[in-house]
Amino acid sequence: MSNAVEVRSLSKSFASVKALDDISFDVGEGELFGLVGPDGAGKTTLFRILTTLLVPDRGTATVLGLDVVKDLWEIRSRVGYMPGGFALYPDLSVAENLEFFAAVFGTTVEKGYELIAPIYRQIEPFRDRRAEALSGGMKQKLALSCALVHRPDILLLDEPTTGVDAVSRREFWDQLGHLKASGLTIVVSTPYMDEAVRCDRVALIHGGKILEIDPPRSIGTRYGLPLIAVRGGDRFGLLHALREFPHAHTVYLFGDELHYTDSRADAPPETVANELREYLAGRGHKGVEAHPIAAGIEDSFMELMGSAPAPTATAA
Amino acid sequence: MNRNALRAFMVKEFRHILRDRQTLTILLMLPLVQVILFGYALRSDVRDIRMAVIDPTPDHATLELQSRFLSTNRFRIVTTSQTPDVIEPLFRRGRADVALVFDPDFASHLRGTEPARLLIAVDASDPNAGTTYLSYARAVISSYQAELSAQNRQVRIVTETRMRFNPTLESVNLFVPGLIALVLVLVSALMTAISLSREKERGTMEVLLVSPLRPQQIIVGKVLPYLALAFANVLTALLAAWAVFHVPFRGSVVLLLAESILYTLVSLALGVLVAARTSSQRAAMLTAALVTMLPNALLSGMIFPIASMPTWLVPFTYIAPARWFIVIARGIMLKGVGLTILWRETLMLSLMAMLLLAAAMRSFKPRLE
Repeated sequence: MSNAVEVRSLSKSFASVKALDDISFDVGEGELFGLVGPDGAGKTTLFRILTTLLVPDRGTATVLGLDVVKDLWEIRSRVGYMPGGFALYPDLSVAENLEFFAAVFGTTVEKGYELIAPIYRQIEPFRDRRAEALSGGMKQKLALSCALVHRPDILLLDEPTTGVDAVSRREFWDQLGHLKASGLTIVVSTPYMDEAVRCDRVALIHGGKILEIDPPRSIGTRYGLPLIAVRGGDRFGLLHALREFPHAHTVYLFGDELHYTDSRADAPPETVANELREYLAGRGHKGVEAHPIAAGIEDSFMELMGSAPAPTATAA
Repeated sequence: MNRNALRAFMVKEFRHILRDRQTLTILLMLPLVQVILFGYALRSDVRDIRMAVIDPTPDHATLELQSRFLSTNRFRIVTTSQTPDVIEPLFRRGRADVALVFDPDFASHLRGTEPARLLIAVDASDPNAGTTYLSYARAVISSYQAELSAQNRQVRIVTETRMRFNPTLESVNLFVPGLIALVLVLVSALMTAISLSREKERGTMEVLLVSPLRPQQIIVGKVLPYLALAFANVLTALLAAWAVFHVPFRGSVVLLLAESILYTLVSLALGVLVAARTSSQRAAMLTAALVTMLPNALLSGMIFPIASMPTWLVPFTYIAPARWFIVIARGIMLKGVGLTILWRETLMLSLMAMLLLAAAMRSFKPRLE
């Protein structure tokens, strides 16, 4: 059997907006594949094409070796899909939601229980509670159970962690790890960079284009320029000062840190860090720390986005 | 076709309906409240009936009958004349509701054996009020006649009636069939449209589409529970009409219920069509109200009699399903007729149901676009 997902030169436009622009990638069988990008990058459109909900304008896509246009019914009985925003019935209870989706897929909760048990057991104590009364994390677990109950061959999850607390997010990724270990292919999208690290491979998507596909760690190592983390004092003052530094390539705020990239590719990072400390001290910024760091996926993303064309896609 | 899936779908749909207590209460109470409101509204506005009396040969008998009218406290004599030419201007100016016209020989015939004739003319520009005036007038006359008969006098009063401005006026009981027609449209078209577009809005439609369920199965699962709800509404409306207002029920109940289902199917298909073409609950609600409620209320003959519509408008009434259903329901309830008389209207509804259901099935795409 070939790859679990094969996408070739896929394009899709809505009116004048190019949601997907000539995208190609493969997802191997049993792989945990991440699509990382900001809102409007085209992630949801891609999921809707893979789940046969939309027909591409150009290009082809196969899921489980089946064509997303021709073999729509065959695909539909074999994928597990979780759209953005947990598609649950708020007025039905936890158990009723699960039973309904099981029946819709021609199965029962009992038959699918083994697969969903690790997830569903956590919300089973609340089985009679209405879905609307669940927390974000519990809704997410229920939605995942509903998408898994018919034992699909591939799981497609569109931003499953949006609107969920940090602890639940971590638990959720642990669960995905277990599912992957059982051999299930998973394609998952997220706007959160920190989650991308949990994937086998990550595609950075922006403005309807895929910028880079790599294992999350190597995306960072491909970063060519010296990268310095700067912290301390007035962040916005520092941002201004650093952007005025003659060799500054980019300066971005990262939480309470600033990530500074130097335009001189061959300059030793330590030297750059020392230069920055002196420069900032000269500008009146006291007690500033500056030290070289390895580029993370977010840095790569910012760098790639900076060189990519301005985002045009706003499709949901 | 997966029977379990369909069953689960209907169970789920019933849960939606039953758990939305507010909407459910409104839907169940609506026919009841409307029947009662309509019923009492119709009765309360006929207190002061202005009557013109045309009495060419005033006599003990004609004065006696006039005093009978006055003693009901409903009639007020605005004018008494010996010639009938005063009626027309009075009606035109809206100064009189009813005219009581005695035959010149009324009194003498009443004493003899020939029939005593009189004419009741009614301003029926408000058809419902018109029938009510008429039925009161008739009641007064027949009680007078009964009294005379009781005194062992063989009398015959022949009453002729004339409806002015709307000659083909029908009965007061007309509002019940019309009401059922309207409530059914409301429940089936509006509620189906709302509940389908709610699935779209919540994103659950996406999951349903990415499932082995065919669009047709989704529609059937959606529509059947509302058919049941609509059926319950027909029953309550009929029961209320019968129990509170003694609306006659002369024909076959089974036939009427079967026709109600047919008519409901038409409305449900309309609701599905509306939902397929709108993207939000609000839009679906407004569109459903516009394309189903308005034509059915205004063009069906329920509020404005078709007979009093301008000729150019009449063909437009054919597109309102309620127009056909009201004829059927009135035929069955008030006249006691069956399919041999009503086959044409039934055929129209069946054609509409088939066309709209086919269109609804087609409109429901297996994809998002």
